[in-house]
Amino acid sequence: MTAREDILTRIRAALQDSPEAPQVPREYRAASGMGADELIELLVDRLVDYKAQVAVVPESDVPARIASLLEGAKSFVVPEGLDAGWLAGADGGGASRRRLDSPAEPLSVAELDGIDAVVTGSAVAVAETGTIILDGSANQGRRAISLVPDHHICVVKAADIAGILPEALRRIDGTRPITMISGPSATSDIELERVEGVHGPRRLDVIIAR
Amino acid sequence: MTTFLGMPALPAFGSGNLFAGESFPKAAHRELGNAQLRANLGHATHTIRDKRQAVVSELPDWEQLRDAGSAIKESVMARLPELLEEFEANFTARGGVIHWARDAREANEIVAGLVRETGETEVVKVKSMATQEIGLNEYLEEQGIEAFETDLAELIVQLDHDKPSHILVPAIHKNRTEIRDIFLREMPGADPALTDDPPVLAMAAREHLRRKFLTAKVAVSGANFALADSGTLAVVESEGNGRMCLTLPETLITVMGIEKLLPTWQDLEVFMQLLPRSSTGERMNPYTSLWTGVTEGDGPQNVHLVLLDNGRSAALADEMGRSALHCIRCSACMNVCPVYERTGGHAYGSTYPGPIGAILSPLLTGIQAEENNSLPYASSLCGACYDACPVKINIPDILVHLRSVDVDSKRGTKKVPSQMDLGMKAASWALSSGRNLGLVEKGLPLGRLAAGRDKKIKKLPGIAGGWTQSRDIPAPPAQSFRDWWAKEHRDAGGSPGTPDGGPSSTPSPETKEAQQ
Repeated sequence: MTAREDILTRIRAALQDSPEAPQVPREYRAASGMGADELIELLVDRLVDYKAQVAVVPESDVPARIASLLEGAKSFVVPEGLDAGWLAGADGGGASRRRLDSPAEPLSVAELDGIDAVVTGSAVAVAETGTIILDGSANQGRRAISLVPDHHICVVKAADIAGILPEALRRIDGTRPITMISGPSATSDIELERVEGVHGPRRLDVIIAR
Repeated sequence: MTTFLGMPALPAFGSGNLFAGESFPKAAHRELGNAQLRANLGHATHTIRDKRQAVVSELPDWEQLRDAGSAIKESVMARLPELLEEFEANFTARGGVIHWARDAREANEIVAGLVRETGETEVVKVKSMATQEIGLNEYLEEQGIEAFETDLAELIVQLDHDKPSHILVPAIHKNRTEIRDIFLREMPGADPALTDDPPVLAMAAREHLRRKFLTAKVAVSGANFALADSGTLAVVESEGNGRMCLTLPETLITVMGIEKLLPTWQDLEVFMQLLPRSSTGERMNPYTSLWTGVTEGDGPQNVHLVLLDNGRSAALADEMGRSALHCIRCSACMNVCPVYERTGGHAYGSTYPGPIGAILSPLLTGIQAEENNSLPYASSLCGACYDACPVKINIPDILVHLRSVDVDSKRGTKKVPSQMDLGMKAASWALSSGRNLGLVEKGLPLGRLAAGRDKKIKKLPGIAGGWTQSRDIPAPPAQSFRDWWAKEHRDAGGSPGTPDGGPSSTPSPETKEAQQ
């Protein structure tokens, strides 16, 4: 008997009493019912609590905001599908600062390690938990680019903010490579006190475009 | 032989790091002697309790989420064979490879074989209870493969050649100064000027592991959840070491217990609300990664999953105990446990300490394996663990159930009856009728004699000595309630033994005291 057959046989034998699968009571909240301003306010509050830096700007000001955040960066990487207009102000330091990562020409891990910052969009955000979800769409790129550089600049469109987690998860396809981000990397492993900044990007800048 | 229907199969118990090597009272006694340990644990468990309470109170539907979580897990157990097959089909269809492991040894061999196929001799690891349980690191080392733990607390424990003592924060028993000293001693190239400031220590760990992450070809992980309807795996973490391991290497090998399944994508909305708040006391953990088989151009292209039984099917066969398999490893039960808070995790011996470990370990190994039958007694049955459990595992009930399994399993195995057997026999006789009890109570004055002048019994003989180990027993009353009642009512002219003797039945202050 293969291990697979053996284990399935053991489980079936263990369930000889035929326990019934209960109906799952889903009486928890399915939606928050919050308005657009409330959603932004709550998301900002949560992100600040995680020690992320947040700016709420009109969509037209996104390029200027990105440019100012990238001022100190010697280099930055963007996914192929990032809104080209967002980088309008960022090429001032010389076009050579910008590196493009694409499925056809992916950067190596070593190259990514030499890059200071990354700019991505996002799929959906959760106001209540301060969570930004990336699903690997063209404006976010593959997972490595938002992981290796030490500074992540992430643009969240106001329309993509959901109130609570169930609303957000309904908006994404679970079979894509997904990363949920709630603040910069952190650890509580020393005396259970939270320290921000370990292996993931130590600096997270969120730009909420309304 | 394809089916066991209608015929009981022998349970296949688990092996690996699931055993209390010595009895809990003995181990606890030793650990309690370590004042530094108790101070560290007291500080850490109280910090996390307060944080958890704050973020749990914030949610208006916390109890509804617990109800849903509990029902989802119950339904997973009832439908486990079909859900495993559904998950397997979906994960495989997306390019992942599934392996099945009956026990710890088989799982270790599968992982070592997969690493060998890549030609590598090093792996980076994401913190995982399943690989701790099967002793994977030790096995890989024997096979000439070096495993690097990348979670900060696991790294501390590994560098110190110590054992984890908590499932979420394996180094909870160490304070910052002890951790600094370990880094200075064991970390090649550690800055001699290293301070014990937690951010400084975290940065030292980043420096130490960065090169490993960027060059590793093979990673080994556990999984927090597996979604049957999509074939998706999830890892919940904080530091980004998980993302590094799950994203950068070419080969990813995940080891997961068969009970970790959830039926649907929708169920994730319940568990991703329950888990972070219960474990680190955060609204959400910094990073959660989800992957479904292989995604071209993103992450590892050689993706494996080892599905581990190792006693889970045996635990499932225990109708009372099977809900222990609902556990999502949040550690809330140990953080609130008055026993764990004082003894720490090492006293439990097994990979799974605290209240959940006290039921899970004996369920996975069988109650009479090594000293695991001492674990269900490592509790005051206060019920704090049940209140804190996000999936409502009734740990106190299962503890009591396992105590009875322990007693039953020993019944008739010895020719000479034990003190406990004799005591229980005597109690059964005495409590079976009022007459018998009355006769026993005639012996109360003997107890007063034993108590002596200070009216305290300081040491009871035999197994009853456990009671007087840390407290005295006050002298028994001069007469029993029955005797007093009979006398009182005879004097008052009422018929003895009837409770409605009128006002004269109020005991005098003196006799009242005698009854206490």
